[in-house]
Amino acid sequence: MSGYLLSAVCFIPALAALIMALFLRGDDDAAQLNAKRFALVTTTVTFIISLGILTQFDASNTGFQFVEEGEWLVGLKYKMGVDGISVLFVMLTTFIMPLTILASWGVTTRVKEYMIAFLMLETLMLGVFMALDLVLFYLFFEAGLIPMFLIIGIWGGANRIYASFKFFLYTFLGSVLMLVAMVAMYSDAGTTDIEALLTHEFAFETFSLLGIQIVGGMQTLMFLAFFASFAVKMPMWPVHTWLPDAHVQAPTAGSVVLAAILLKMGGYGFLRFSIPMFPVGSEVMTPLVLWMSAIAIVYTSLVALVQEDMKKLIAYSSVAHMGFVTMGIFATTQQGLDGAIFQMLSHGFISAALFLCVGVIYDRMHTRDIDAYGGLVNRMPAYALVFMLFTMANVGLPGTSGFVGEFLTLMGTFPVNTWVTAVACSGVIFSAAYALWLYRRVVFGDLIKESLKTINDMSMREKVTFAPLIVMTILLGVYPALITDVIGPATAALKSHYDTALAAAEAATQHASN
Amino acid sequence: MTIGSDLNIILPEIVLSVFALFALVGAAYAGKDKLGPLLVWVTSALMAAVGVWIGMSGDGTNIAFNGMFVDDGFSRFAKVTILLSAAAVLLMSQEYMARRDLLRFEYPLLVALAAVGMMMMVSAGDLIALYMGLELQSLALYVVAALRRDSVKSTEAGLKYFVLGALSSGLLLYGASLVYGYSGTTLFSGIVQTAEHGQVSLGLLFGIVFLVAGLAFKVSAVPFHMWTPDVYEGSPTPITAFFATAPKVAAMGLFARVLFDAFDGAVADWSQIIALLSLLSMFLGAVAAIGQRNIKRLMAYSSIAHMGYALMGLASGTELGVQAMLIYMAIYVTMNVGTFAFILMMERDGAPVVDIDALNMYSKAEPGKALAMLVLLFSLAGVPPMLGFFGKLYVLRAAYEGGLAWLAVAGVVASVIGAFYYLRIVYYMYFGEEREALDRTNPPVLWGLLMISAVAMVVGIVNMFGVEGAAAAAAAVLVN
Repeated sequence: MSGYLLSAVCFIPALAALIMALFLRGDDDAAQLNAKRFALVTTTVTFIISLGILTQFDASNTGFQFVEEGEWLVGLKYKMGVDGISVLFVMLTTFIMPLTILASWGVTTRVKEYMIAFLMLETLMLGVFMALDLVLFYLFFEAGLIPMFLIIGIWGGANRIYASFKFFLYTFLGSVLMLVAMVAMYSDAGTTDIEALLTHEFAFETFSLLGIQIVGGMQTLMFLAFFASFAVKMPMWPVHTWLPDAHVQAPTAGSVVLAAILLKMGGYGFLRFSIPMFPVGSEVMTPLVLWMSAIAIVYTSLVALVQEDMKKLIAYSSVAHMGFVTMGIFATTQQGLDGAIFQMLSHGFISAALFLCVGVIYDRMHTRDIDAYGGLVNRMPAYALVFMLFTMANVGLPGTSGFVGEFLTLMGTFPVNTWVTAVACSGVIFSAAYALWLYRRVVFGDLIKESLKTINDMSMREKVTFAPLIVMTILLGVYPALITDVIGPATAALKSHYDTALAAAEAATQHASN
Repeated sequence: MTIGSDLNIILPEIVLSVFALFALVGAAYAGKDKLGPLLVWVTSALMAAVGVWIGMSGDGTNIAFNGMFVDDGFSRFAKVTILLSAAAVLLMSQEYMARRDLLRFEYPLLVALAAVGMMMMVSAGDLIALYMGLELQSLALYVVAALRRDSVKSTEAGLKYFVLGALSSGLLLYGASLVYGYSGTTLFSGIVQTAEHGQVSLGLLFGIVFLVAGLAFKVSAVPFHMWTPDVYEGSPTPITAFFATAPKVAAMGLFARVLFDAFDGAVADWSQIIALLSLLSMFLGAVAAIGQRNIKRLMAYSSIAHMGYALMGLASGTELGVQAMLIYMAIYVTMNVGTFAFILMMERDGAPVVDIDALNMYSKAEPGKALAMLVLLFSLAGVPPMLGFFGKLYVLRAAYEGGLAWLAVAGVVASVIGAFYYLRIVYYMYFGEEREALDRTNPPVLWGLLMISAVAMVVGIVNMFGVEGAAAAAAAVLVN
C-alpha cells in the first residue's frame, strides 16, 4: 500500500466528501453533528496516515520520493511525489485541516456543504504540493479556487460577494498566463514531467519582441508568466489587494486555510518552478523581486498599523511576512532558501492561530472592530495568554518559530543585497508596533464596555484547537533543526542546481559573444 | 465505380431521409399531431442508432459520386457527435413541446432532415455538395426557429434567421463561384491542386474570403454573429438547445473540411482570417454576455465565445489544431446539452423562466441540480478540473505550436473575462437570497441528461472516454 501512499493521503478527503454528499441526508442537528464529526475524523485520519510520509521520508535523498506514475490524457502524466521542499507543506496541510474543522464547530448553516467544500479543498491543496506534472499541478492549483470561492461566498461576511468575485477573478487572471507558459514549456521540452523539466534548459538568448529587448529571452517571459500567478497567490505587493478583502469576508476557518496553506502555494511555486527551471530569468528579475519584497514588508506593515478591523490587520501582516519569504527565496542563498521555507511553515502555524484568536472573540461578540474590545484579560485570562504568545510569535520574538524564519531570511539576503535587508529589518520593528498595539487595545486596559462584561473564556474545544499550534510554534522556535534537517539537503541541491545553471548560461553567452 | 457502391456509402443518410419522408407522409394521413410524441422517440432512437452505427463502422476513406461525397474518419467523428447530440436534444424537447402544444409531427422530422443536411456538410467533397448540405440544414432550421407561429418573438427569430441566413448563403455562393472561376472545378480535390504551391491568385483569395464569411455566419463567429442572440432568445428553448449543439458541430466540421481539403495550399492566407475571427469571437462573447440577464441570450454569447476557441484550433492550420477543434466541439456539445437541460427545467408555475435572477438560492431548493449546474458552469468557464479546461488546453497548445502565441494569450485573458458571467450564475444559485422559488419539477429525461453531462465533465478527465484518440485519428485523415 505504501506505493500509493501519496494518492491515498491526497484523495481520502475527496472520497469522504463524496460519501458525505451521497449518503448524508437531512439538515437537523443530528445530521449537522454527524457531518462535523465525519469531517473531523476524516481529516484526523488523513493526518495520521500522512505521518507515514514523514517517517519514511529520507531527507538525505534530494530526489523525489514516494513517486507514483501513470499515463494520462494529451501525453500528460499522473505523477505524484514529494521531496524535501514539498514534504513539509503536505504535512502542514494535513496538520492544519483538523484544526479548521474544529474551529468550524459553531457553523450552523448548510453544514454538510461546508464540510464537503473543506474536504475537497484539502484534496486539492495536497495535490498542489504532490503533483509532479505541470498540468496536474495547474489542475489542483486552479481547482482550489472553486471551493474557496464558495466558502467565501456562502459562509462569508456582509460584503462576501465582492470579496469572492475579486478573489476568484484576480487569482484566475494571474494563473491563466502561467497556463500559456506551461503550454510553451510543453512544446519546447516535449514533456510535462516536472522531474524532467527540472533538468531541461530553456532558451535564454536575448531577443527582441515588439521592439523591446528581452534579456534572458524565453526564460524571462516564462518567469514573468509564472510570476504573475505566484505573485498574486503569494500575495506580493502591489497585487495583494484581494487578500484583505478575502480574509475579512471569509469565515474563520476559511481565513485559517487561506493564510496557513493557500498563500504558501505561491512560495512553493517559486521554489518548484521559477528558480530551478528558469534560473536565467530569475536572475534577471531578482533585483525587482527583492525590492518588491522590501516594499511589501514596510508598506503593508504601515498599512496594518491603521487598520480598524482585526482580520484586516492580520491579513496585511500576512502580506508583510510573505515579503520575507519572497526575499529569502530570491536571495537564493542557503540561509535564504531555508529561511523562506521555515518562514512559510511557521507563518502557517502563527497566522492560523491568530485568525483563530480573532474567531474566538468574533464568535462571542460578532464584531471584528478593534474598538469594540478592550480589557479582555479581566474576563479571559487563558485567551489573553494564547493571544499574547502568537502576537509575540508574529513579531518574531526569539524562542518562537517566527524569529527563526525572519532571521534566516534576513541573514540570507544580507550578502546579496544589503539595502534590501536594511529596509526589511525596519519592517520587523513596524510589525512589533502594529502587533503589540493591537494586543494592547484588545486585551489590556479596563473592561469598560458593557457588552464585554459577560464574555466567557475559551471553551475546552477552543483550547484543544490551539494546543497543537502552541506546541509547534514553541518547539520550532527552540529546535528549528526539526525543519532545517528535512529541507536542508533539498535547498542545498536547489542552490547548487541554480548556480550551475547560471554558470553554464554565463559560459554559453561568453562563448557566443567571442 | 457502380452506383450501388456509391449508395452503400451514403446508406446512413439514405436511411434517415427515407425514414423522414415516409414518416411525413404517414403522419399526414394518419392522426397528425397525435403521432408527435411517438415520432420524437422514434426519430431520436433512430438518430442515436445511426450515430452508433457510423461510429462502429470500419475505418478507411470511401469516396462516392466522383468525389462529391467523402466518408472518412473525420466525417464519421463529426457525424457521431452531430447525431448523438441531436438525438439527446430532441429527447429533451419532447416534454416541453408537448405541454405547450408545439409538438407537431413535423418537428422531429425537420430535425432529422436537418441532421441529414449536417451529415452531408461534413462529408462534402465538392462545392455543390457543400451548398446542398448547408441549405438542407438551414431550411429545416429556419422552419423550426419559427415553430411557435403564434409568438411574435419566435416568428421574428425565424424570419431574422432566414433573411440573414440567405444573405450568408449568397456570400458563400458568390465565393464558390469565384473559386470555381479561378480553379475551373468545384471539386475540393481539384481546387487544392490550383492552390498547391502557395500560389494563390487574387480571385481565388477573394473566393476564400467570401466562403469563409459565409461559413463564419453559420458558426456565428464575430462579426457575423448578430443573429445569434435574437434567434436563441426567440426560438422555443429546446430549439435553442438544438441550435447551440449539432449545427455548430456541422458548421465547424464543414469549415475544417473546406479549409483543409480545398485550400490546404493557402494556409498562410486563411490562417490570419480565422485567427482574427477567433480573437473577435472570444472577446465579444466574453464581454457582451456580462450585461445579459436572459439566460438564453447569455448562452448565445457563450456559444459565440466558445466558437472563438474552436476556431483558434483551426487557425493554427495543423493536424493538432484540427484534433483540438474536434475535441473542443465534442466537449462543448456535451456541456451545452446539460446546460440546456437545466434551462428547460427552469419554470415557475409551468411557464418557462429565462431570467437568471430567478435562480436565487436555487441550491437550497434543489442541491443536486444546482451542484450539477455548478460543475457545468465551471466547465464552460474552463476552470480545472472540469473537462472544459482540457478543451481549452488543447486549443491553446495547438495555437502555440502553430505560432499563434499571441492568440493563446488573448484567449486565456478572454476566458477570465468570460468566467465572470458564469460565476454570476453560481452567485445567484448559491449566494443569493431566497425569493419566489422555481417549480420543483424533475422530468426524468432532463434530469438524467443534466446529471450525465455533469458527471461526464468530472469523470471525463480520467481518459476523456476515448474521444482523444478518435479525434486524433480523424484529424490525421483530414490533414495529410
